[in-house]
Amino acid sequence: MSELTLTVMRLGFLAVLWLFVIVAVQVIRSDLFGTRVTQRGSRRQEARPQQQQARQAAAPPQQRGQQNTGGGGRQRRGAPTKLVVSEGTLTGTTVALQGQTITLGRAHDSTIVLDDDYASSRHARIYPDRDGQWIVEDLGSTNGTYLDRTRLTTATPIPLGAPIRIGKTVIELRK
Amino acid sequence: MSVVTNTTTIGAIEAPSRRNTELALLAFAVVIPVFAYLNVGLAIDGKVPAGMAGYGLGLALLAGVAHLVVRKWAPYSDPLLLPLATLLNGMGLVLIWRLDQSPRLIAKSINDFGSFSPDAPKQMMYSAIGIAMFVGVLLLLKDHRVLQRYTYISMVTALVLLLLPLVPGLGSPVFGAKIWINIAGFSIQPGEFAKIVLAVFFSGYLMVKRDALALASRRFMGLYLPRGRDLGPILTIWAVSLLILIFENDLGTSLLFFGMFVIMLYVATERTSWIVMGLGMSVAGAVGVASFASHVQARVDAWADPFACAKSVNACDQMTQVLMSFGSGGILGTGLGQGNSDLIGFAANSDFIFATVGEELGLTGVMVFLLFYGLIVERGIRTALAARDPFGKLLAMGLSGAFALQIFVVAGGVMGLIPLTGMTMPFLAYGGSSVIANWALVGILIRISDTARRPAPAPAPSPDAEMTQVVRP
Repeated sequence: MSELTLTVMRLGFLAVLWLFVIVAVQVIRSDLFGTRVTQRGSRRQEARPQQQQARQAAAPPQQRGQQNTGGGGRQRRGAPTKLVVSEGTLTGTTVALQGQTITLGRAHDSTIVLDDDYASSRHARIYPDRDGQWIVEDLGSTNGTYLDRTRLTTATPIPLGAPIRIGKTVIELRK
Repeated sequence: MSVVTNTTTIGAIEAPSRRNTELALLAFAVVIPVFAYLNVGLAIDGKVPAGMAGYGLGLALLAGVAHLVVRKWAPYSDPLLLPLATLLNGMGLVLIWRLDQSPRLIAKSINDFGSFSPDAPKQMMYSAIGIAMFVGVLLLLKDHRVLQRYTYISMVTALVLLLLPLVPGLGSPVFGAKIWINIAGFSIQPGEFAKIVLAVFFSGYLMVKRDALALASRRFMGLYLPRGRDLGPILTIWAVSLLILIFENDLGTSLLFFGMFVIMLYVATERTSWIVMGLGMSVAGAVGVASFASHVQARVDAWADPFACAKSVNACDQMTQVLMSFGSGGILGTGLGQGNSDLIGFAANSDFIFATVGEELGLTGVMVFLLFYGLIVERGIRTALAARDPFGKLLAMGLSGAFALQIFVVAGGVMGLIPLTGMTMPFLAYGGSSVIANWALVGILIRISDTARRPAPAPAPSPDAEMTQVVRP
C-alpha cells in the first residue's frame, strides 16, 4: 500500500469518527425535551421594505396598520393594530393583529384561551374581512358576546376602542 | 416603533419515537468499524483482510437484532445509546484483532504460554453474549421499578459478588489483584456485575432515606453536617471499599464502589457536604492503605515516576511503554495498524487498549473516544433528568455515574493522571465480563429512558369538558 493512500485513510478515518460525534450531537439537539415555539405572522424580511415606505409617509403608526394586514387587501387609515384584554383574568394581554383570525374561548387551541366559567369552549372569533375591517362573530356561545351593550346576533364590524364582553372578560381593539 | 410584534404559540411537541434516527446512526456505527478493519488490513498486509465481510456482517447482525428488539419492546427509548455502544464495541473488536496480528504478541504468547490463540473471535462471542444479555434485560425487565423490590437482596448479592474473589479455591489472584473467580473453566470478574447490582441497591435505599439524610442536619461552617446515626451507611460503604482495597488489592473497584455511592448520595440529597466528606474519606483511606499494602504502593510508585521506577523494578515498564505509546501517537496518530503499541506486551488488548487508540489515532482519536463515552454518560444523565419516578432517576444517575467513573479511572490510570488500576475500558477492552455487564447496563438505561420518554398519561380532564355556567338574568 502506498504511503499516500494510508495517510489519506488515516486522516479520513479520524474525520469519520468526528463526523459521527457531530451527527450524534445534532440528534441530541433535535431531541431536546420540552416545547416548540412557532412564530406566526409577517416576517421581518417582508416588513423591511414596508418600513422604508412608512418612513416616507406622514403618519407612520397608521402605515404600520397597513403593513400588518399582509395579504388582507388595503386597509383604511386608523385601523387597529392590536387587541387588548382590558378586564378579566387575562387583563393586559395583547395580541398583534396581523390579518389572522383570532379565536376566543376556553378550548386549548383558541388564540386567546379564556379562563372564565362564563365563556364557552369556542365562544367567538375576530377576523378581518376583505377590506381589512375587523369583524367579531359569536360562535353560538351559551352566554353570548356583547359589543358595547348589545348582544351580537350576526358578524359585526368592530369600532376602534369599543368593548367586546365575553363572560367576565372585556377586550377591545386599539391602534 | 419597532418591527412587527409576533404572536408566539408554545405547544408541547408530539412524542417522537426516533427509532429511524437510531437505525441510521446504527448503520453508521457499523460502517465505521468496517472501515477501520479495512484500514488495519491494508496497513499490515497491503490487501483487503479476508475476514472483513464476515466481521461486518456479524456486527451488523448483532446491531440489527438489538435494534429490532428496541423497536419492539422499548420504542420510545433514547436513540443514541445503542449506536454509541455498538460503535465502541465494534472499534474494540477491530483494535483487538489488530493486536492479534502483531508478530511480537504472537511470539510473546508462544514464549510464555506455549501457544497463541487470537482474542478477536472470543471477543466477538462475548459481544454476542452481551447483546443477548441486552435483549434479555429488555425482554424480562418490562418496568425498571420492579427492581425496587429487590433493594436489600441486591445489597447482599453485591456484597457476595464483591467478596467472591476472596473465597479460597474460587478466587484466583492474577498478577497481584484478586478480582477474578474461576467457574467451570471460565474466569469471571464479578466486580463488573456488582456495579449494576449496587446501583440498584443504592437507588432503592436512598429513595427511602434521602429525606432523613438531607434534612436532619446541623449547619457548621457553611456545611450541613448529618446526624451521627445517618453517617452509618456512608461509613459502612467506606469500610467495605477499604476492605476490597486491602484484601483484593484492587484500587479501581474500590474507588468505583465508593465514588458511585457518594455521587448518588449527592444527587439524592443535594448536600455538598457529602461530596466534601466523601472526597476526604477516600483520600484518607487511599493514603492510609497505600502506606502499608505493597501492591498498591508499587502502583503508586509506577505512577509517581514511571521512568525512574522502570529502571529498578521490572513491573513498571508497562507504564513507561504506555506513556511512550501515547507520546509517539502525537496529534494525528500513526494510523491504524502502523503503531508499535504491541510493545506493551502483557494486557495490551485489555487494560492498556487505550494506548493503542492513543498511538494509532493520536490525540484526535483519544478525544473522540472520550467523547463517545461522554455522550453515553450524557444520555444516561439526560435519562435521569427526564425520568418521572425517583427510583428511575437515581438508578439512571448511578449507572451513568459508575460508567463515567470507570472511564475516568481507566483512562486516567493509562494516561498517568492517577495510579493505574485493574479495570477495563467498557466495550473497548478485551474481556467477557466487562462487555456483558456493560451491555446489561446499557439495556437498563434504555429501559429507563423508554419509560421516561414515553408520552405522559393524559393529564387531568381539560376544562373544555366542564359545563359553561349560564348567566341568569
